[in-house]
Amino acid sequence: MSSYLFKRIMVLIPVLIGMTIIVFSIIHAIPGDPAETILGQKATEQSKQALREQLGLDKPWITQYVDYMGDLLKGDLGTSIRTKTPIAKEIMPYLAATLELTVSAMLFATIVGVNAGILSAWKQNSWFDYAAMIIALIGVSMPIFWLGLMEQLVFALKLHWLPSIGRMNQRDPVESITNLYVIDSILAGRWDQLWTVIKHLILPGIALGTIPMAIIARMTRSSMLEVMNSDYIRTARAKGMSQFLVVYKHALKNALIPVLTVIGLQTGALLGGAVLTETIFAWPGVGRYIFEAISSRDYPVIQSGILIIAFIFVIINLLVDLLYASIDPRIQYK
Amino acid sequence: MKKWGSLALMLTLGAGLVLSGCGGNNGSSTTEGSASSAPASTAAATAATTASTQDTLIVGRGGDSASLDPAIVTDGESLKIGHQVFDSLLEYKPGTSEVEPSLADSWEVSQDGLTYTFKLHPNVKFHDGTDFNAEAVVFNFERWSDPKSPYKFEGDSFDYYDSMFGPDGSRVIKEVKAVDDLTVQFTLNQPQAPFLQNLAMTSFGIGSPTAIKEKKENFKNEPVGTGPFVFKEWKHNDSITLDKNPNYWKEGLPKLNKVIVRSIPDNSARFNALQNGEIDLMEDLSPDDLSTLESNTDLQKIERPPFNVAYLGFNFKKKPFDNVKVRQALNYAVNKQAIIDAFFAGQAQPAVNPMPPSLWGYNDQVKDYEYNLDKAKQLLVEAGYPNGLPDTVTLYAMPVSRPYMPDGKKVAEAIQADWEKIGVKTVIESPEWATYLDDTKAGEKDDIYMLGWTGDNGDPDNFIYTLLDKDTIPGNNRSFYVNEDLHKILVEAQKETDQNKRADLYKQAQVIIKEDAPWIPLVHTTPLLAAKANLKGYVPGPTGTEYYSDIYFE
Repeated sequence: MSSYLFKRIMVLIPVLIGMTIIVFSIIHAIPGDPAETILGQKATEQSKQALREQLGLDKPWITQYVDYMGDLLKGDLGTSIRTKTPIAKEIMPYLAATLELTVSAMLFATIVGVNAGILSAWKQNSWFDYAAMIIALIGVSMPIFWLGLMEQLVFALKLHWLPSIGRMNQRDPVESITNLYVIDSILAGRWDQLWTVIKHLILPGIALGTIPMAIIARMTRSSMLEVMNSDYIRTARAKGMSQFLVVYKHALKNALIPVLTVIGLQTGALLGGAVLTETIFAWPGVGRYIFEAISSRDYPVIQSGILIIAFIFVIINLLVDLLYASIDPRIQYK
Repeated sequence: MKKWGSLALMLTLGAGLVLSGCGGNNGSSTTEGSASSAPASTAAATAATTASTQDTLIVGRGGDSASLDPAIVTDGESLKIGHQVFDSLLEYKPGTSEVEPSLADSWEVSQDGLTYTFKLHPNVKFHDGTDFNAEAVVFNFERWSDPKSPYKFEGDSFDYYDSMFGPDGSRVIKEVKAVDDLTVQFTLNQPQAPFLQNLAMTSFGIGSPTAIKEKKENFKNEPVGTGPFVFKEWKHNDSITLDKNPNYWKEGLPKLNKVIVRSIPDNSARFNALQNGEIDLMEDLSPDDLSTLESNTDLQKIERPPFNVAYLGFNFKKKPFDNVKVRQALNYAVNKQAIIDAFFAGQAQPAVNPMPPSLWGYNDQVKDYEYNLDKAKQLLVEAGYPNGLPDTVTLYAMPVSRPYMPDGKKVAEAIQADWEKIGVKTVIESPEWATYLDDTKAGEKDDIYMLGWTGDNGDPDNFIYTLLDKDTIPGNNRSFYVNEDLHKILVEAQKETDQNKRADLYKQAQVIIKEDAPWIPLVHTTPLLAAKANLKGYVPGPTGTEYYSDIYFE
């Protein structure tokens, strides 16, 4: 197991270097003058030129790339052009915000998706099965911005159950320590804020979790159906085991392996792809951070931001692979 | 046993709704707003009965600040916060672009217009407790003007200083000198007519020298000025928190105890948040939401004075737009009133000149090209195009929403339809914003482009010279329009210190521009804000920044 872990980690290095090359070439191919975009229409030509020189944008991109990689090896992620702050310092609160949102979205997606998938398979061709799969189909094709605004309209504006934007009650905030507000409010012993923080997580969590929920439900269903038709399940049933135990104890374990892959991939995808949800719910996450960097041509932020996301994505995949092994001992790594 | 699975499912499905449903009344204090509790209407009612208890203002706006040091930024969002934390020597009278005293109580100008002597307000302290005095003013101006200043930190560029007082090598300000503790003297290299107007800009807010020396790079994240509010916390892309400055030098201000400015990028979400009581004041209301706003008695509409212009510019590098008859023909073929009715909910007025009518020097004698398709066709015939233009015209429409143009593409489509009627076929292109600015500046891809401008300092120079003089190619003059006569007038106006004479010069300039028609001026918009009905004392400024110090809740 540990040699496998080591090998997997060694593989990460070329993957990440490949990422930097791809990202670097793509963003330098986008048209648009960063100096103009960053300094605004009102800046003078002289200060734009000074900025280009200072950023090394007048050098060939190969030189820029080598410089960037050199800094990276020293642990320097660069400095944001727009805010003039070191990225390593700046990105942490964004990552924390996204992490909190992603976790709640995936909790929603997994709990609802897996259960719906199991029940659909269990009661195959029943009304529940049809209804759940129709909902899943709608869920997959739902535009997130529309869903988000509808949620706000119903649950915030009409029913007043939940807040529509932001991460916590701003009028009486909790001091950020970890930037994960759920943990921060527990650390501060502020149960009232913990409650509002959780409430702030519900609507964006559902908006962001709907698509993965639908995918997970469909995946679970088909995977369960396959397993349910296998011999060992027939044996288990023949022994007179209750349907519930057959489904949740015997079948689920094997059916869960492909589902885990999907959950892993979806979690990775949510990390960087939450721009729309973050925009609608004014959530200061890493998706919006990178998106805004792109629209202002903040090259260092785009590069390092995508690199960090890629890194996390790869780590999640690694964790999923390790989980396989613990769920199913038949999977052997050499 | 069998039911457990479905029970678990029902529980998890139902949990969110049940849990959230019972959170309606957890006894939040009245200042907390309804983010965590009661319906908006109840919240408003509570606020009304316990009138003066709300002393926190939450503002919702579209974007975050780039930096909190107003000297190194040019974007409006950053300046809005800078304006609360810093005071400049002068300021604009609320709601106008007229200059009035601020940190400087009075001033004298020498006969030749080269020496300005300011008397500073006594007993003013920076937020860090240090004294504001003439030395502090000198320190700040030296920091901005000396390219080798040790307080010009990595990445900083003082763009507004360069743009208002000339870049290094051609500075307007020769020297800033502390005569005594409360007297500061500016010596200029050449007279500058809008000098006082410029000094009042937020970018020239005076920062604490001690804080700049101590905090260095971090000053842009932890600004220290003399303004009505003290910077407390900045959560990037989320919120900026400002506390009341208890020692503010203006008696009785600010009235609020705390201001929280939140970034809520989506217009609809921001309006939802206002209706839900999570914010008290919002900027940039979509004209589409105006009717919803007006039907809600808990809310009020606030209009920012129109101080902008949206326009279509012709690219003189491209044929046949170097032909004045073609430009005039297309001017005749735009129905501005119809556009205003359809896309601005009436919150705009047709633009005739390249500057707003509220600005001094505006020439109201200039007549607009009226909407007249026959005249347009006739001019095209005279220009040698009896069957309309032979080639398809590339019309660049803005991909982003701006205060002067909420939806560029829709407006472009309306114009496209009108031009079709006179035989001018157009294709609309809206590349992403950075590319858009780049392309229009290069002038290779667009034939006609859409853009706009919001005034910075209440001087006509900031519209006409900045946007249409040959000096601003390449740059803001994206039409590549060159007229030597106009240039002479505009340069003369910059050096003239008599405002009446300057006004005359700008009036002449507007006549020339109308005749040459390098643009189709479209509209001057009235940007809309919305607030809770009980919010009082807010006077929106034309340049987009204003103090929050007079705001209170009734």
